[in-house]
Amino acid sequence: MSEITLTFLVMDGPFEQARTTTAFRLIDAALNKGYNVNVFAYEGGVSLSFAEQKPHANTVHGRSFEEENHPLTKDWIAALQEKAKLKECQFNWTNCGLCIDERGVGNVIYGCSRGGPKDFWQWAIQSNSTLVIGTK
Amino acid sequence: MGKYFLIESQSPFESTEVNYNYELASDLAISGHEVTLFLVENGVLAVRSTDTSLDLTKLNQVNLLADEFSLQERGIDSSEIGSNIKISSLECVVNAMAEGQKMMWL
Repeated sequence: MSEITLTFLVMDGPFEQARTTTAFRLIDAALNKGYNVNVFAYEGGVSLSFAEQKPHANTVHGRSFEEENHPLTKDWIAALQEKAKLKECQFNWTNCGLCIDERGVGNVIYGCSRGGPKDFWQWAIQSNSTLVIGTK
Repeated sequence: MGKYFLIESQSPFESTEVNYNYELASDLAISGHEVTLFLVENGVLAVRSTDTSLDLTKLNQVNLLADEFSLQERGIDSSEIGSNIKISSLECVVNAMAEGQKMMWL
């Protein structure tokens, strides 16, 4: 297992900003290198792991449900969890509990925990580096 | 002196804040720090060498990198890019983090 641990804070909700895709690409790149990764989801970011996300067809573009192959952030998180297992590195995803309650998105996928800003602070002081990806 | 790794995801065409971010990178470098400015998403729209209005050309002391994936998404060919900018990938962001550089998403 790598001795390198990186922490990310994400704040944007799903399906809104390119930053979300970039954040997932960064996390994927870190796991590819075998680094341990912590992710603290804050504010709108807590909806990224919401288990009730549903894919849909796209009638505007004339694509069926299967053709649209709609990407869901909860599935991306699950894929990152699987990659971490394969790479034998730690991957922790914690959502801000208050932010979850505000948005009613408490039903999250398996492996994502509930916490608070204190968890992020502890990760930040224990990690090699921390990157905050804030909203604009 | 420190090592700073700054990430810019907006273009100067969408926000005046971006030019201030360029200034921050420049000032840190002039102060003696080692500074990398990584352009990603719409941040790469500033890299075309034909855009003479851009302040990127003034950042002589800053290591300028552009995300290859973002360039491809926006149809920007490597031949269009200013000579002071290197094409890179998100892997270099992760490398900088692992190295313990000071990270800031502007």
